[in-house]
Amino acid sequence: MGSEELEFVANLDNAMETKDINVWFGERQVLANVNLEFQTNTVTALIGPSGCGKSTFIRTLNRMHELIPSAKLAGRVMLDDEDIYAAHVDPVDIRLKVGMVFQKPNPFPSMSIGDNVLAGLKLAKRKVEDADFILEDSLRKAGLWDEVKDRLKTSAGSLSGGQQQRLCIARSLVLKPQVLLMDEPCSALDPGSTRRIEETIKELRESVTIVIVTHNMQQALRVSDYTAFFLSEEGHPGHVVEYGLTNDIFHEPKDQRTDDYVHGRFG
Amino acid sequence: MSTELETEKITPRVIHVIRQNSDKVFRGILIAGGLAAFVLLSGIFGFLATSAGPVLRAFGLSFFTGKTWYAGDGLLPSEGSIDPPTFGLAPMLWGSLLIAVIAVAIAIPMAIGIALAATYFLPKKIAFAFTVFVDLVAAIPSIVFGLWGFFVLMQHGALWAKWLNTHLGFIPFFKVEFEGFEQSPFMAGLVLAIMITPIIAAVSREIFASVPAELINGAQALGASRWTMIRNVVIPFSKSGITGGAMLGLGRALGETIAVFFVLQLFFDEINWIRILESTGGSVASLIVSRFGEAQPLEISALFGAGLALFLVTLAVNAVATAIVSSTNRAKK
Repeated sequence: MGSEELEFVANLDNAMETKDINVWFGERQVLANVNLEFQTNTVTALIGPSGCGKSTFIRTLNRMHELIPSAKLAGRVMLDDEDIYAAHVDPVDIRLKVGMVFQKPNPFPSMSIGDNVLAGLKLAKRKVEDADFILEDSLRKAGLWDEVKDRLKTSAGSLSGGQQQRLCIARSLVLKPQVLLMDEPCSALDPGSTRRIEETIKELRESVTIVIVTHNMQQALRVSDYTAFFLSEEGHPGHVVEYGLTNDIFHEPKDQRTDDYVHGRFG
Repeated sequence: MSTELETEKITPRVIHVIRQNSDKVFRGILIAGGLAAFVLLSGIFGFLATSAGPVLRAFGLSFFTGKTWYAGDGLLPSEGSIDPPTFGLAPMLWGSLLIAVIAVAIAIPMAIGIALAATYFLPKKIAFAFTVFVDLVAAIPSIVFGLWGFFVLMQHGALWAKWLNTHLGFIPFFKVEFEGFEQSPFMAGLVLAIMITPIIAAVSREIFASVPAELINGAQALGASRWTMIRNVVIPFSKSGITGGAMLGLGRALGETIAVFFVLQLFFDEINWIRILESTGGSVASLIVSRFGEAQPLEISALFGAGLALFLVTLAVNAVATAIVSSTNRAKK
């Protein structure tokens, strides 16, 4: 990265912004005052040791967090200048605008490859006229079209793990999300598939804002424009230690703890 | 060439396994248990077949296909009968199947509804209480269902049946040839449906609870409402399990005796194929219980034959169920 036009300045458009996000499970606070801005058509990596709250945080961005019993939240998440937690907002609409790809590929086993890609339309009760076009377009964007175009009717279970994950990416693209959340999308995949998905992420960046949780520092360096370093210190809830251009975070971190983490001295 | 020759010489090693004593004992117990079930099953089959021997020899296949059950003077023509008996089981066999199918058809939607409510819609504590109550229904003795069916359900059920007949009588199922809606296959099916719903609901609940969280999450992240998620993800995933539960229920319904005995008018002369609202029906188990007390030796033998037939039908239903469940499981993989 490190290209000149990617300055960390406030006058770029923010696709999404969080304001003082605090999260609890029951009585235990797991995140404190997270303020992040995700600029349109960029990739932001969330890094940090296990248990620092990155995955919890990412689930607050599409209102998946509230589906966990005992989960509580304070703060705001702004999308299109509107708080997605505002009383009149339907979480279903938010999940259509903010897609999500999970750690473990989760295609629906009872559906064919083609039906899996279009599952979102059915689940969200969207009628479209050009389903065939959307199907091909999404699969192309996810870099899977050439591998599956001749067997769209076969079960998704016949695909490899990496292909399944790209299928899940295609599935989330069908709904044309503004933001795509990826929660360690490569942690269950082999290096070859990981590389393939990273290429996909770079291509997707042109049309969608991506927030990706990763444990793999090299991956953060390879795919992201911005990086946020989360840390949960002994007895304290997770918080953002440092946030900035990926290059800066990895090469000129301001905080000693970031420096230690990105250089593998702990975590 | 030389390598080929060498491979020919190599024979696989015999790998010896040393079994621990505790394993040997455990293995022995398991094998004995499995064999005991098999021996018991064959024993019962043998006993039924031998006891039914006289009637099966005298009537042959027509015992299963004949439409009339008439005890007569209990003597075979060769024994100088003046009022010869006929034993035809077809109305009873068909009746048993018809009632069981009605019961399952009514029970499946109820059971799925109960299981979905408990798994996805009710708050945890209420769901727990709800589940316990539904399970308790399974503990009610079948004689109680019979009495309740006779004294309570039948009064109301007859009205529903009449309504169905008046408004939907053009559908062959709801036609009647004789008025009188009380002790019909429909009524027996209703009572049985209530009895088997807890079993099907319990199996369905287990299956719904085992739907992987990542599939549920995946659906929710795609903007699914609870209902579209259940329809497109949960139900397809659970199909084979629900089928298995329904087959368990079918097996129970086929064999149920006393509850059916109270709410079904047995008809010994003709098969009532599909007129489910009419007070004419059949049930193998009810036949046995209703005739056993006054039967002479030949009819007793015929009742054993009826038991044998029911045993085989139930066995076949379970075999088909197993086949369905395992084939849908394979398709899923």
